[in-house]
Amino acid sequence: MSVAAFLTDSTLCIGCKACEVACKEWNGVDEDGLDWSGFSYDNTRAVGASTWRHVKFVEQAPVPGLGGNAAGQASWTFSSDVCKHCENAGCLEACPTGSIVRTEFGGVFIQPDICNGCGYCVTSCPFGVVERNPKDGRAFKCTFCYDRQKVGLQPACAKACPTESIKFGGIEELRKKAEERVEELHRRGMKDASIYDPQESSVGGTHAMFILRGDPRAYNLPPAPEVPTVYLRKGWASSALAAGLLLGGTLLAFLTDGRE
Amino acid sequence: MSNLVPLRDMDERSLEREQRLEEIRAEAEKRGQLRVVGSRPAGAPFPQATPETGYYGIPLLKQPPWTWEIPLYFFVGGAAGAAAVIGAIADYTGADRELVKHARWIAAAGSVISPALLISDLGRPERFLAMLRVFKPQSPMSVGVWTLLGFSTGAAAAAFAGFLHDRYGPSLPLRVMENAGQAASLAFGLPFSNYTGVLIGATAIPVWNKNASDLPLHFAASGLGAAVGILEVMGHQKNRALQALGLGAALFETWEGLRIEGRSQRALEPLKWGASGWITRAGGILSGPLPTVFRAASLLAGKRKSQSLRRWAAWSAIAGSVITRFAWMHAGHVSAREWELPLQNQQSPPSARQR
Repeated sequence: MSVAAFLTDSTLCIGCKACEVACKEWNGVDEDGLDWSGFSYDNTRAVGASTWRHVKFVEQAPVPGLGGNAAGQASWTFSSDVCKHCENAGCLEACPTGSIVRTEFGGVFIQPDICNGCGYCVTSCPFGVVERNPKDGRAFKCTFCYDRQKVGLQPACAKACPTESIKFGGIEELRKKAEERVEELHRRGMKDASIYDPQESSVGGTHAMFILRGDPRAYNLPPAPEVPTVYLRKGWASSALAAGLLLGGTLLAFLTDGRE
Repeated sequence: MSNLVPLRDMDERSLEREQRLEEIRAEAEKRGQLRVVGSRPAGAPFPQATPETGYYGIPLLKQPPWTWEIPLYFFVGGAAGAAAVIGAIADYTGADRELVKHARWIAAAGSVISPALLISDLGRPERFLAMLRVFKPQSPMSVGVWTLLGFSTGAAAAAFAGFLHDRYGPSLPLRVMENAGQAASLAFGLPFSNYTGVLIGATAIPVWNKNASDLPLHFAASGLGAAVGILEVMGHQKNRALQALGLGAALFETWEGLRIEGRSQRALEPLKWGASGWITRAGGILSGPLPTVFRAASLLAGKRKSQSLRRWAAWSAIAGSVITRFAWMHAGHVSAREWELPLQNQQSPPSARQR
């Protein structure tokens, strides 16, 4: 069983959005409407029910050597965002129907024939990826092209990427590749390059890693995401205490005086 | 403008876009500058994506997709669960039969209304049975669905058997059904009245998960206050056990309110500021201090005055419980929109620092 992953290298991304288009075409994803966000060339803003791949246009004050522009012009970097396919996935744990499963390829997959649109996965994703489609009623996100992987093809976005910014392969192999690539970037003077793969956090690493330049926060990537199951112990302890107090209090109240 | 395709032949979406363009043109002509989303007055600085401003301040988290059914369900479930506990304990301790019957009816009404609310909020209501495919202890919603199933069955059975008993006289099967139903509604009612606090506590929404250990206790007290209130409104405003329970719930809610007001953390601000803050405050005052004052006054007042004060306390607690559930839902929405929270209070890796 090979466990697969994405490695999205933002230093190679040219912001062409071929991944978005390929994803929409292969998976039959809805259009996003014609709305100008006013934020660089990003008019879809975030991953969601109708955007499973999302190219971020990170535009910031000029940084020499970042973004490849002439001195004095805004620095640009691009990064294609996607469902992180967490090792400990909040959506998968929360799903009350068992619709969300871990596939044999390591991805997190919502079975569309089972999902009943309860929406709990939406509130449980620390990356804000899953969204309920208001027209359809069910929750949607990147499928990791489960159907394509089933027949030995790579996901549509990786296939379409013209610069191999989106790499697809075995997770161990890609982790090694990412480290080598970051070392190489550092050697070439890009000291701000780093890997985003929160293995230290309760999410326990992701099946979609990113090579970024600069602070991940500028890419809306949380420095320390938490899988919501970490709050369960606190919650159920409080629930047990509440149940005990309710039972004890009611008993006490009626044993001492239940008459009118 | 639209001479390529006549407007009447356009499909709906293109028409929408064309109308939006017309609106933008009209606004530009009228005011000389645009305020529609996605356009910027000429010469204004470009927005930037930086560690300090996040990704243009676009929220990372998605807002809860739930509509009014869910907070209302939190209220109904909380009150019904607590009513079942009150009914069963009142029965076991030999309290007034009328009180037992009324408590059971509240629980039974909740056992019908709750699933209806939950199902109607689903994106695909016809698939609600998919919830019963699995039992997942790590998913509070799955645990809750099974708890609801047990509670509803028990509460409905107890109330129905009680009704048949009153109507057609006693019989053994009815007694078994009544007692088993009541025991089940007690056992499931205890977690049912507060699990919704666990449910929203175990999410990625900061204002909820920061309160993971407060919410179940808070919701239990809110549910108890509502159940006592409904029973008092149904005519039990002389029962002293209910008075004690109502006072206990109101005192706890007062403490919870003070706790909410007393803490100052960035993530807890939706509970104190803005519209969500005022709704939370309104719910808190109606659930805590007001019923406490009414109940304290009723202990001192004369017979007739005392009952009317207790009815005031009851209505206040019921309204407070409803508003409190909507307040927490609203605060969750506000919290999800606060883009800086998920990017906050953590160190970025040293290699990622720049400028």
